Amino acid sequence: MSETKKTDADVSTAPDEREVLLKVEGLQKHFPIRKGVLQRQVGAVKAVDGIDFEVRKGETLGVVGESGCGKSTMGRVITRLQEPTGGSIHFEGQDITRLKPAGMRPLRRDIQMIFQDPYGSLNPRHTIGGIVSAPFRLQGVEPEGGVKKEVQRLLELVGLSPEHYNRYPHEFSGGQRQRIGIARALALKPKLVVADEPVSALDVSIQAQVVNLMDDLQDELGLTYVIIAHDLSVVRHVSDRIAVMYLGKIVELADRTSLYEAPMHPYTKALMSAVPVPDPKRRGAKSERILLRGDVPSPISPPSGCRFHTRCWKATEVCKTTEPQLIELRPGQRVACHHPENFADQAPQDTVLLSVAKEAASLVADEVLAESAETSAAVAAEVASPETAGVADTEVSEEVSEKPEVKITKTGPGAKTEDQSTHSGARGTARPTPTDPQPTDEPEAPSQESTDS
Amino acid sequence: MTELSKTGAALGEPAPGNAPDAFLAVRDLKVHFPTDDGLVKSVDGLSFEVEKGKTLCIVGESGSGKSVTSLAIMGLHRLGARGKNVQMSGEIWLGGKELVSADPDEVRRLRGREMAMIFQDPLSAMHPYYTIGNQIVEAYRVHHDVNKKTARKRAIEMLDRVGIPEPDKRVDGYPHEFSGGMRQRAMIAMALVNNPELLIADEPTTALDVTVQAQILDLIRDLQKEFGSAVVLITHDLGVVAEIADDVLVMYGGRCVERGSVDDVFERPQHPYTWGLLGSMPRIDRETSERLIPVKGQPPSLINVPSGCAFHPRCPYADIPKGDVTRTVRPELQQVGGGHFSACHLSPEDRTRIWTEEIAPKL
Ligand SMILES: Nc1ncnc2c1ncn2[C@@H]1O[C@H](COP(=O)(O)OP(=O)(O)OP(=O)(O)O)[C@@H](O)[C@H]1O
Ligand SMILES: Nc1ncnc2c1ncn2[C@@H]1O[C@H](COP(=O)(O)OP(=O)(O)O)[C@@H](O)[C@H]1O
Ligand code: SF4
Ligand code: SF4
Ligand SMILES: [Mg+2]
Ligand SMILES: [Mg+2]
Repeated sequence: MSETKKTDADVSTAPDEREVLLKVEGLQKHFPIRKGVLQRQVGAVKAVDGIDFEVRKGETLGVVGESGCGKSTMGRVITRLQEPTGGSIHFEGQDITRLKPAGMRPLRRDIQMIFQDPYGSLNPRHTIGGIVSAPFRLQGVEPEGGVKKEVQRLLELVGLSPEHYNRYPHEFSGGQRQRIGIARALALKPKLVVADEPVSALDVSIQAQVVNLMDDLQDELGLTYVIIAHDLSVVRHVSDRIAVMYLGKIVELADRTSLYEAPMHPYTKALMSAVPVPDPKRRGAKSERILLRGDVPSPISPPSGCRFHTRCWKATEVCKTTEPQLIELRPGQRVACHHPENFADQAPQDTVLLSVAKEAASLVADEVLAESAETSAAVAAEVASPETAGVADTEVSEEVSEKPEVKITKTGPGAKTEDQSTHSGARGTARPTPTDPQPTDEPEAPSQESTDS
Repeated sequence: MTELSKTGAALGEPAPGNAPDAFLAVRDLKVHFPTDDGLVKSVDGLSFEVEKGKTLCIVGESGSGKSVTSLAIMGLHRLGARGKNVQMSGEIWLGGKELVSADPDEVRRLRGREMAMIFQDPLSAMHPYYTIGNQIVEAYRVHHDVNKKTARKRAIEMLDRVGIPEPDKRVDGYPHEFSGGMRQRAMIAMALVNNPELLIADEPTTALDVTVQAQILDLIRDLQKEFGSAVVLITHDLGVVAEIADDVLVMYGGRCVERGSVDDVFERPQHPYTWGLLGSMPRIDRETSERLIPVKGQPPSLINVPSGCAFHPRCPYADIPKGDVTRTVRPELQQVGGGHFSACHLSPEDRTRIWTEEIAPKL
């Protein structure tokens, strides 16, 4: 049921049966903010604020989210390039959270990181040979056949020529530099590779070369990847499971198919609806797009309760007061939301939308709201016991369809709500005057004007 | 015939030197930079047209000449120290005026009023020490004889228009106090304050998250509808193109390799490089195919552009046309359908066969 990316070899073991390689619990990384001569701590950037996940052997876990949500910080903390301020990290069952450098040393072979910037991450004064052989020197490892031979083998493995050994980084293109970074990361045969935006700086054609390369290397060497990226199309292509982050938290964690076909967290849904689809025929479907208002709030003082409640079109009082826990609602799909999509409501008694949610809802098309109510109702009916299914069906669907307190009526560009009090100009775009008593479906067709010109 | 002459500027009609019908018409534009390493032929014979109310998207890899083209239209290559070091030829017609041969002062007067530009990095286009409001006020007063108070009102109105919350407060903020998405909006407000008839946007959303990108594209679309401007949008993201373009121009090595309506280019692409771009792209709307189909090799040097077809070192079909024509003869744009042009030596039969049998099924 949960699908894997590759059709060959590893289909036999579903990802959730594989051995856990890395386990992260309650992971936290707060950066202190200091002020004044005394450098007193006045606050903290809560870059990663309590996340749990595990990575299984041979799989690729993708991590997505908007800029600043803590993806890179998470990557640097799980590789222990930065110290966590809370929580724990287990690698192959061993607690590595507080290991001292000496204790981490052997693990440095097993856990490697690939960085986003193929320009900044290679020392310009070292030759390619020097760069790729550095891990051997640092670890005091002498590969069979000598360092040079092994480095040349690695260069070939990533599609470079062994003759590149004595050249310098500036002689290479972005895609080639990224290959050099990959060769270096693979030198010591790591078990886990954490790649932070490995292809973001590359052109699409080159991006595809590197994605294919990483794919081949995983098959060949049995690597496990954590791939951090903001490009949802790339992440979908490379990942078996995907974690969606928002303001330092994981809001949804699921296998690829479930996440893309039936996302449960409203944020996941909005994020995916915003990805431009390279198909001009789909332009009509654009009304399905969920525009989020404004920007991501500051991680210094994240919103109370659910951190997404300031931008969510489904937010109710409970969202503001109570933080939803990341729980497994479907096998293999963990979600932190009181009113998930495609699933029965987790707080059905709480039906009054916050006023911010009403504003946010005005940017969400009717079809989307209707569909979400429908699927939630259907799931609720399914979940209800078979004997009462018929009864539950009607009850629940009524309840769900009632839930959006304000009925949304779409009027041209600025859809609006019946509740006039919510008209505080979500986008400042031209919209009907607030006193307009009844939102009509379509403004009268300006038949005269159109024939004039 | 009429259809041809509308889109057929590349084929040399209407005759060079005559004002075209289209609002913006670029003909055989060349922009070369002499450098220590040799002459960089950033743009080498580019032609296209854009009507008012329409959006042309220019796509291509980095270094293919997209930004140089947009700066040429804006007349920005001839400014300052850079200006001494550029060789420009060809024609750029904007509303019946030719800009390449025009007096730089005249072009400056058009800039900001009839044509405006949005850059990838808003910080580079904004002054860090002036408030957002002052910068918009200045942009407005250069072209309008109004007092500061009126101009400020206009600035607030524009910030509101692009969706900045509390514009009357935000107007006094500095660029660094705005988030990336808000800065991009503020720059759009600045670019649009004089209702330009041509808006050039160079990778306006590349640095932004998809959520903000969707907001900005929506905004550009709405504003275009309202003001009927012509828009040239430069991007390397084919998803953005499919979303917003009427016409598409694919650039490779400083030249156009394919041009047509958005439907032509996505549904009946005729050039091997366009096929490569489509195959390289993971798609969120399709079953995940086993593998991407990358374009092998590296983008070309613009100093030693490969002979013949510049794409030949990377093209899987370079050996199909007879003889060594792909390596010796540069293919010119040819019409391959109404308003659809491609520069490739492959015969129409070969192109159709390769597209329908080899490429399309794998996308
Ligand atoms: N050393 C640091 N000191 C203070 N704050 C930091 C530090 N490193 C990161 N942050 C903050 O932590 C938050 C998360 O940053 P991080 O780099 O992990 O984001 P990200 O998700 O990788 O974003 P992007 O997609 O832009 O790379 C941000 O608000 C960032 O400004
Ligand atoms: N002032 C300049 N001097 C020399 N070369 C330049 C100059 N500006 C741009 N180029 C070169 O022209 C080519 C096209 O650049 P550009 O238009 O910026 O590419 P893109 O398509 O990525 O926007 C590149 O090879 C670039 O290095
Ligand atoms: S419905 Fe509530 S809990 Fe769920 S994402 Fe929205 S605000 Fe958060
Ligand atoms: S002209 Fe030849 S090398 Fe160029 S794109 Fe066509 S087939 Fe390929
Ligand atoms: Mg990052
Ligand atoms: Mg550019």
